[in-house]
Amino acid sequence: MLKYTIKRLLGTIPMLILISIVVFSLAKLMPGDSLSGEIDPLNTNPEYIEEMREKLGYNEPLPVQYFNWITGFVQGDFGKSTKYKTDVFDIIMEKVPNTLLLGVISLIITYILAFAMGMYSGRRPYTIGDNAIAGINYIMLAIPSFVAAVVAIYFFSFHLNWFPFGGSVDILIEKGSFEYYISKLHHVLLPALVLGAMGTASYTQFLRNDIIDNSRKDFVRTARAKGTPIRKIYNVHILRNSIIPLVTFLGFDFAALIGGAIITETIFTYPGIGMLFLDSVTSRDYPTLMALTMLLSFLTLAGNLIADLLYGVVDPRIRLD
Amino acid sequence: MTTRDFIQDRIDSLENRDVLLEVQNLKTYYPVRGGFFKRTIGHVKAVDDVSFTIRKGETLGLVGESGCGKSTTGRTILRLLKPTDGQILFEGKEITKISGSKLQKARRDFQMVFQDPYASLNPTQMVGDIIAEPILNYEKRNKKELEQEIKSLLTKVGLPEAAYYKYAHEFSGGQRQRIGIARALALNPKLIVADEPVSALDVSVQSQVLNLLKELQIEFDLTYLFIAHDLSVVKHMSDRIGVMYLGNLVEVASNRDLYKEPLHPYTQALISAIPEPNTAIKKERIVLEGDVPSPQNPPTGCPFHTRCPMAMEVCSKEKPPLKEVRPGHHVACVLY
Repeated sequence: MLKYTIKRLLGTIPMLILISIVVFSLAKLMPGDSLSGEIDPLNTNPEYIEEMREKLGYNEPLPVQYFNWITGFVQGDFGKSTKYKTDVFDIIMEKVPNTLLLGVISLIITYILAFAMGMYSGRRPYTIGDNAIAGINYIMLAIPSFVAAVVAIYFFSFHLNWFPFGGSVDILIEKGSFEYYISKLHHVLLPALVLGAMGTASYTQFLRNDIIDNSRKDFVRTARAKGTPIRKIYNVHILRNSIIPLVTFLGFDFAALIGGAIITETIFTYPGIGMLFLDSVTSRDYPTLMALTMLLSFLTLAGNLIADLLYGVVDPRIRLD
Repeated sequence: MTTRDFIQDRIDSLENRDVLLEVQNLKTYYPVRGGFFKRTIGHVKAVDDVSFTIRKGETLGLVGESGCGKSTTGRTILRLLKPTDGQILFEGKEITKISGSKLQKARRDFQMVFQDPYASLNPTQMVGDIIAEPILNYEKRNKKELEQEIKSLLTKVGLPEAAYYKYAHEFSGGQRQRIGIARALALNPKLIVADEPVSALDVSVQSQVLNLLKELQIEFDLTYLFIAHDLSVVKHMSDRIGVMYLGNLVEVASNRDLYKEPLHPYTQALISAIPEPNTAIKKERIVLEGDVPSPQNPPTGCPFHTRCPMAMEVCSKEKPPLKEVRPGHHVACVLY
């Protein structure tokens, strides 16, 4: 397994080089540059702009610019954000904990909902309960997150006043205290609920179908014949086999955990990676944008690797060497 | 002692033993649903009025072509399916109506070996756990002792002790069927229903598994209901044989009588189809015309009359009952 992991990690290097070229080219192909995002081009002396361009290296040939950027990047120097005027690395690290918290909580919500509904539906397929769950699921899937988020804010924050409607923490509370963490959790719950409910449908329906599939397999009949109670058949024999295909989803979720939800975070003004991403696009903060895209690409690759390794754990038929 | 004497001995000794399983007028129908509201619009009569008995220590073979209801009969007896009508008496006790925990308790005494050794073992469980599960379903056991017990069971069915820690996919078909047999034996059952246990295996492996089943029968005094479509396999295994056609039992006789003197025209046709290894012997083959009728809409009267070479007018009107025409030889045909 270790050998396999190392082999796979080495395999990601050429992939990342290619991704970096694409990311860089796309950033350069976009109209304007970081400078024009910072200043008002109509009210600035054109000579000054030209001088700054020369100074920032924007007039060098593209390959030279690429190598300047990538040499710094692999050494951990992600460049300076043109908007925040500090290291991109520091900005990203500041936002990661928020996004991670949001991602983990929403994933927990998804899992709890999906396993409860999926196991219920799978055990009683084609009943009223199953159809009701399917209906709710598809409604949750069909409602766009920007609608769901706005409705949730309107209802839970303004009308019921249960949750705050923005930010990640109450700024008046002293950092590090117990109340601080409670406030963080309080702030994250509503966006996490919106985010978690969205992902539930695919998990639930996938689990349900797999449980139905497995419950018709021969080994389930065998288990019945040897006197295993029905509850144990479902919880041990069937569920154990139905979890295997769900691992594929987990691989995708891993990248989404950091990538967060651009739309949801922005609507809730939740200071995470997603909001940072959208901000850096609108303000043409290319160093931040490129660093974030690289980070997300890497996490997608890592997520797939983790999913593949997990297959070996949950499915004894797969041995990785 | 010659083989013939040995067989006669076995027949004599079996006749004095108690009846273990008695099946009376068993019917199992599958509903056919159709239309917008999924109403029941008909029934597939998979098992339609079947009666037989099995004595302790005996092997009753059940033959017939595919779709004739052999497997459904076996599964209904194990109560994996709910019978539509009729009675199943196990050691004189009625098991047709029981359900829930009572049924679970009763299952201890009858176990099954399934047809497909690839699909009938849980792929995520270790072989040791697969075999231990039936025991743990009924009693609390010391882990170490149980492991020893299962390992000795594995050696009994001809597998190495190390098989305990492996998964089903690491074995060949024949070995997997041995695991299935060990699993069925784990509870020390009185009756084992073997539903085509060798039809998924290579011919060379079939005989090994069949002989293993025979050895285990003598060692543990097991009773088998042996379901197969291969006549040579059934002949090798069974003391008595029942022939099924379209959900009906058309003939039941001892192994010797059935092969020497088949009475029902269907049995005669079946036996004439067994390939003869000695090509010098010329035998006449009875070729049946037409197809098996749909069990959803079986013919009136004798179910076989549409294909029977000796069919008479009365056959399409009255269904002949299964009656004893010679000692121990039952047949359902108007000819006798």
